[in-house]
Amino acid sequence: MKVVIMGCGRVGARLARELDADGHTVSIVDNDAYSFRRLAFSPELPEFKGTALRGNGIDEEVLKRAGIEEADAFIALTQGDNRNIMACQIAKHIFNVPRVICRIYDPLRQELYSTLGLEAISPTTIISDVFKNILES
Amino acid sequence: MYIIIVGGGRVGYYLTKTLLDEGHEVLIVEKEANICEAINNEMGSICLRGDGCETATLAAVGTERADMLIAVTGEDPDNLVACQVAKHKFSVPRTIARIRNPRNEVLLKKLGIDVTVSGTNVILEYIEQEVPTHPLTHLLAIEDSGEEIVEIKIPPKANSVGKSLRQLTIPEGSKLMLVIRGGSKNRIPTINTMFKEGDRIIALTTPESEEALRATLTGE
Repeated sequence: MKVVIMGCGRVGARLARELDADGHTVSIVDNDAYSFRRLAFSPELPEFKGTALRGNGIDEEVLKRAGIEEADAFIALTQGDNRNIMACQIAKHIFNVPRVICRIYDPLRQELYSTLGLEAISPTTIISDVFKNILES
Repeated sequence: MYIIIVGGGRVGYYLTKTLLDEGHEVLIVEKEANICEAINNEMGSICLRGDGCETATLAAVGTERADMLIAVTGEDPDNLVACQVAKHKFSVPRTIARIRNPRNEVLLKKLGIDVTVSGTNVILEYIEQEVPTHPLTHLLAIEDSGEEIVEIKIPPKANSVGKSLRQLTIPEGSKLMLVIRGGSKNRIPTINTMFKEGDRIIALTTPESEEALRATLTGE
C-alpha cells in the first residue's frame, strides 16, 4: 500500500516507521525538517526506508511531490485540527485518495466531519475513555 | 442582517466598521484577548473572545439565526472550517471565506463555501492593470456565469491591426463589448469596426476562450 502521512510528530513518525517496517511505501510530510529526527534509527524498529519531505501539507504541489496521486491512503496527523481537516478534504475531493483518515482533537468537530463523510478519529475521546475505564474497573 | 465575522484582524476590523455603518447587526469572534478588548473599547461590546471554528463558540453567539458568516482570519484552514461548521451545523444561508493561497479557491468552492475572496489575486489583478505592456487584463469576474470581463490592448505589430471585426475569428464564448480609442469616442464594435494599434478592447469571455481571444487580437 502507498501511504502519505502529514505531520511527523510522535504519532506520525511512529506510524510511518511501523507501516514502513510492514513493507508499505510511506512518504511523510512536515513543514519543519527538524521533525524528521523522529524517524531516526531506534532499536525496536528497522531503519526508515520511506520518503521524508519538507513542505506544507495543505499545498497541492507538496502533496503531489509526496505522491498523493498514486496513494492508497492519506493520514493527517499535525497538531492543528483545521489543517488536518483541510488536508484530508484536499486528499479526498481533489485527489480522490481511496482511504483518508483525519485526526481531530476537538470531539465536536470530529463528530461533524464524520457526518460529512471524513473518517475522523478524536484522540481526546479515546484517551479519556481509556483513563476512565482504568479508574472504574 | 445578522452577520458573524470570524477573525478580528485588520480585514475583520474594517469590514465590521463598514457593515455597522450600513446598519447591520455584526458580531466578531476573535481568539486574542487584547484584540477583543481593543475592538470592544472602540465599538461597544461586539467582539466575543473564542475560537470561531468551535461549535460551542458559534452556538454561544446565536449562529443559528445568522444570515451570513464571513471568515477573515489569516489562515485558510481556519476560514474553511469556520464556514463549514456554520453551514452544516447551523445552516447559515451564506458563507464567505477569505483565502491566502489562490490555489485553495477550487477546493473551497467544491466544498460548498458560497464565496471565496483571495487577497493575493486581488492584489495581482490591480498590479497587472498597472503594467503597461501586459496585453490582457482581467477587470471583473462574473461569478454566476463563470465569465469574465477583460481588457485587451492591441500592440503595434498585431495581425488584427487594419482588419475589421468581420475579418477576424472571434472564438465562441467571447464577445467584444467596447473599443476605447484615444482621441475619439468610445464605440461598441460592429462587424465593420477596424482595429488600430493602441485600441483597448473590453470583452466578455469564458476562461476557456480567453487564450484564443488574446491570440486573435494581439497575435503577430
